[in-house]
Amino acid sequence: MEDDAPVIYGLEFQARALTSQTAESDAIRFLVGTQSLKFDNQIHIIDFDDENNIISKSVLQHQAGEIWHISASPADKAVLTTCYNKTSESRVVTCGAVWRMPPEWESGSHESPDDPHNSHNPQNLELLCHLDNSSHGNASCVLWEPMGDGKCVISLADNHALLWDLTESSTQATISSSATLEGKGQLKFTAGKWSPHHNCTQLATANDTAIRGWDLRTMSQIYCIENAHGQLVRDLDFNPNKQYYLASCGDDCKVKFWDVRNINEPVKNLEEHSHWVWSVRYNHSHDQLVLTGSSDSRVILSNMVSISSEPFGHLVDDDDLSDAEDNHQDEKTKEPLQDSIISTYEEHEDSVYAVEWSSADPWLFASLSYDGRLVINRVPRALKYHILL
Amino acid sequence: MDGDICATDTATTPPDSDPARKRRVHGMLKLYYGLNEEGKTVDQAESMNPCDINGTHFDPEVYLNKLRRECSLGELMDQESCMVKQIRSLDSDMQTLVYENYNKFISATDTIRKMKNDFKKMEDEMDCLSTNMAAITEFSAHISGTLQDQHAQITKLSGVHTLLRKLQFLFELPARLNKCLELQAYSQAVSSHRRARCVLQQYSHMPSFRGIQDDCHAIMDKLAQELRQKFRDGGSSAEDLSECVELLLQLDEPAEELCDKFLSHAQSRLEANLRGLEAELRPPLSSGPTSVIDPSIGPARRLSAAPTAGSPADPTSPGNPFLSSSSRTDILEFIDRGCNEFVSSLCLVIASYQELFVNRPQEGNLASKDIPHMAIGKLHAFVDALATCYFSLVERRIQEEKSVGDNSLLVRALDRFHRRLQAVAKLLPGSAVPSQGTEIVVRAARERIKQYLAALQSFYLDSLRDVRQALAAPRLGGSSAGGGSHLAGPATGKDAPASLPELLSSLSASILNQIKSVLASVHLFTAKDITFSNKPYFKGEFCSQGVRESLVVNFIKFVCQSSRQFCESAGDRGGSTPPALLLLLSRLCLDYETSTITYILTLTDEQFLVQHHSPVTAVAALCGEARGAAQKLLNHYVKVQGLIISQMLRKSVETRDWVNTIEPRNVRAVMKRVVEDTTSIDVQVGLLYEEGVRKAHSSDSSKRTFSVYSGSRQQTRYAPSYAPSAPMDTNLLSNIHKLFSERIDIFSPVEFNKVSVLTGIIKISLKTFLECVRLRTFGRYGLQQIQVDCNYLQMYLWRFVSDENLVHFLLDEIVGSTAHRCLDPAPMEQSVIEVICERG
Repeated sequence: MEDDAPVIYGLEFQARALTSQTAESDAIRFLVGTQSLKFDNQIHIIDFDDENNIISKSVLQHQAGEIWHISASPADKAVLTTCYNKTSESRVVTCGAVWRMPPEWESGSHESPDDPHNSHNPQNLELLCHLDNSSHGNASCVLWEPMGDGKCVISLADNHALLWDLTESSTQATISSSATLEGKGQLKFTAGKWSPHHNCTQLATANDTAIRGWDLRTMSQIYCIENAHGQLVRDLDFNPNKQYYLASCGDDCKVKFWDVRNINEPVKNLEEHSHWVWSVRYNHSHDQLVLTGSSDSRVILSNMVSISSEPFGHLVDDDDLSDAEDNHQDEKTKEPLQDSIISTYEEHEDSVYAVEWSSADPWLFASLSYDGRLVINRVPRALKYHILL
Repeated sequence: MDGDICATDTATTPPDSDPARKRRVHGMLKLYYGLNEEGKTVDQAESMNPCDINGTHFDPEVYLNKLRRECSLGELMDQESCMVKQIRSLDSDMQTLVYENYNKFISATDTIRKMKNDFKKMEDEMDCLSTNMAAITEFSAHISGTLQDQHAQITKLSGVHTLLRKLQFLFELPARLNKCLELQAYSQAVSSHRRARCVLQQYSHMPSFRGIQDDCHAIMDKLAQELRQKFRDGGSSAEDLSECVELLLQLDEPAEELCDKFLSHAQSRLEANLRGLEAELRPPLSSGPTSVIDPSIGPARRLSAAPTAGSPADPTSPGNPFLSSSSRTDILEFIDRGCNEFVSSLCLVIASYQELFVNRPQEGNLASKDIPHMAIGKLHAFVDALATCYFSLVERRIQEEKSVGDNSLLVRALDRFHRRLQAVAKLLPGSAVPSQGTEIVVRAARERIKQYLAALQSFYLDSLRDVRQALAAPRLGGSSAGGGSHLAGPATGKDAPASLPELLSSLSASILNQIKSVLASVHLFTAKDITFSNKPYFKGEFCSQGVRESLVVNFIKFVCQSSRQFCESAGDRGGSTPPALLLLLSRLCLDYETSTITYILTLTDEQFLVQHHSPVTAVAALCGEARGAAQKLLNHYVKVQGLIISQMLRKSVETRDWVNTIEPRNVRAVMKRVVEDTTSIDVQVGLLYEEGVRKAHSSDSSKRTFSVYSGSRQQTRYAPSYAPSAPMDTNLLSNIHKLFSERIDIFSPVEFNKVSVLTGIIKISLKTFLECVRLRTFGRYGLQQIQVDCNYLQMYLWRFVSDENLVHFLLDEIVGSTAHRCLDPAPMEQSVIEVICERG
């Protein structure tokens, strides 16, 4: 059972922003935003043909500035948000905006990637609205309401969390409520995540070494994990199946797993990377699979079975799978599995700032390093079948 | 007779020439008469020859014929003359003999004649004697005949007299007994009564005797009462008591009751001893002071409790001064007192009890009751109960012995305690008391080891605290003084951590000394003159499991463990533990790994002659643990120091507006600070760790230019293998470099040497610098400032690392990334950069 080789795609520019197209559940599609101060920035739409192991791409122009964060609407395939740097009069401001991809892009999507016509005459994104935040400072990220109808986003700007309502087909954005982080010094949100649990009423943010939980109904803080990491917290992710579980990563090279009901101690610690960990992602369907990307240029896939929603492997009553019944006997005798590192991917030469699971294929993920290299990898087959069967 | 001639002929000796001749003649005569020297008849079988002139069967005819036939005339003549000579000499011999014997015969005859005269005189006197005797006999018969009657009468009278005296004794008995009672001569009374008892019993059908008997009974009852009373009163001594008991036994008191009474009496006294001991203990806070002596031992206990309850000496009554004033005695005194008072009284009680009840000569009806069996049973229960109380007191006292200063006192106390219990063991074989005592000693020893471990641990932590303070004190002075020029870094840096090696050596020496002194203290338990040291526990388990494992190994493990905790608890910010302490501990653990552990364990094994019956921790395992701790500490040190520098760099990058900065004139202060700190870290590490290996430097290590970045590096494109859409002009150089250089692990384990440590720290710092730069946007002068800063770092940092290419590579990356993030990438001339850097 040999695993497929990783598929590598190179961008012309440096890049930090990566997302999967959340609303797309059939095609394996990733969106990458580039960072260039001198040229027009682009959004690369990377389609991956799993059958033939072939990548095809489309490029959309993002002329507003270099992209620091990108996020796709969960409801509308064509809608996405970016956080971008705008340089004007020797000032650098980070803004947020909602965009719509032009409808034609998809028609050309199956063209050969090296078609010069396509890459040299890219289409422009259509601006839907600015998440105007001039009074609130630089936007660090924009979060869509998970599994929502694409009407709600939260943007984190300096020390503010702003809840926006998108109306008029997303062409108008109004702040419906906001929360401000008070404290001494210049506080700045570095990362955030909208919890898919509790009817999407909770938000987790990171600033410096602390992780905070917010109730969006009252916009008030519900918990605060002080010193969650020794240094900056770089990223957060919610376990999609266990509502109180949260993963975080940071500059202390650690990935920590928290039960927010008991914030004194992390449930689990992972210290596998040899430099800052920039991104952590739970697999959307199998939450024992955790993906982390680090500036040591490595991507690590871990199997955190002991704190997953399936600590004893696939449970018997779960008969979604057609052939599950054949294996009932085996599963009953299964031991609790050990947490382990499944694989370390070393295809990158530079710091990896973003990793993302595909929204269409739970066994496939992409990682993006600063030098513009996108690598698409799969979960090893042996493990995949182990989890499934 | 001529046969003699032939015999002497061969001798050829003239008869008169030799003084031995006479003897020879006797010899010959003897021979002739068939007597040998011993006077026995000689076997004459060989002399059957008729020609042997000396033989008995000598035949002169045959002999003569033979001579005549065999010899010549001359020879015959010679023979004849010889024979004549011999005959003559024999003749004279015979005459001499006859004459001698004749003389003797004459004198004998004279003597006999004299005797005959004497005997005649004697005979006359004997006759006279026999007549006299006949007369005496006659007289005697006459006298006895006359005295016959009177004699019979006297005999009868004397019999009556005796009877009367006996009767008088009986009649006087009550009075006598009363008198004895008055005088308290109980033993006399009892013996008198015993003599009379049988008679009185026999004649009790006669009224007069009946009266006496009743009187006696009454008196004896009273006496018994009095004895019991006396027995009950606590005042009498042990000897008195035993007398009492003996008397009471003779009075047919039930032995069982007596045993109980005796024991209960002894118990009250022993309990008084125990209370005295308990009074010396600190009164327990929760329970009353009587708690220990509370388990009442049957009804006997309650009997004895009644009189003592009200007595003023009862220490349990409230308001007792002994309890409130906690007059603390040391444990040796306490045990001494316990031994002298309690144990010796106990021994006395056991001895006298055994004397009274167990080893009694079995006499009369007492034998049937099997007293010894019953008595021994009671005694065991009694001793066990009391010993339990005593032991609990002793254990409480031992538990109070917390101070670990002087172990000899405790050991001596335990020794005494144990030794005195041997007396009980001898007196009362089969009792559980001595073994319980040994168990107490063992428990105490175990406890002691635990205390010593705790003491060692607290000592270690105290020493660490001292070291910490010592590190903190000069550090303040050092940092304020080191604020000057960074070039003087090594000099100023020296002030602060100069004492590091001394601190290390004093720390490790003091720990080692402490271990040694603890070992010496613990060694007292196994000293030869200590009675319990030859118990199997102290020979085996105490040495191996106790001292080696629980004490030494656990302590070493504790050292490693607590060192590791510095890495955990200090938090990732590294705020609480001074980095120098981490470094020092790391070195300490490394030293432990290389030598100290082996030394300590060898020392222990030698001192205690440890024979490992059970598996023990191997030296290698401990060393491994120590090495692990050392590695972890050093890694943590690198991390902490790296983070301190990282924080500086990061703040300096994050807080500056790089787009609108001015043209660089100077190296930023933070870079000087970085170099300065690195230098002082270098000094600090150098004090404890060896230099380590580094790659050869190129001649112009500090002069390397960043020409790579000059001339605007074009936004080039990297050629991907699968999607070759992009033009092939990425920042090729950098990528090719990466392809061929090894991947750098930033937070990676370091080796135990200075260069490796410094390399680690610099790696962490520069990587942070790189990542921070990538998050910012730069203006033209921002880029130039970074160029200047990197050049400056290049000038000073290369010397610290094992491979200068590492520094080059990271600094290249920084400047390269800055160029990427620059809005107007116009690099500064290398010459200008150098001028600025050299100006400092």
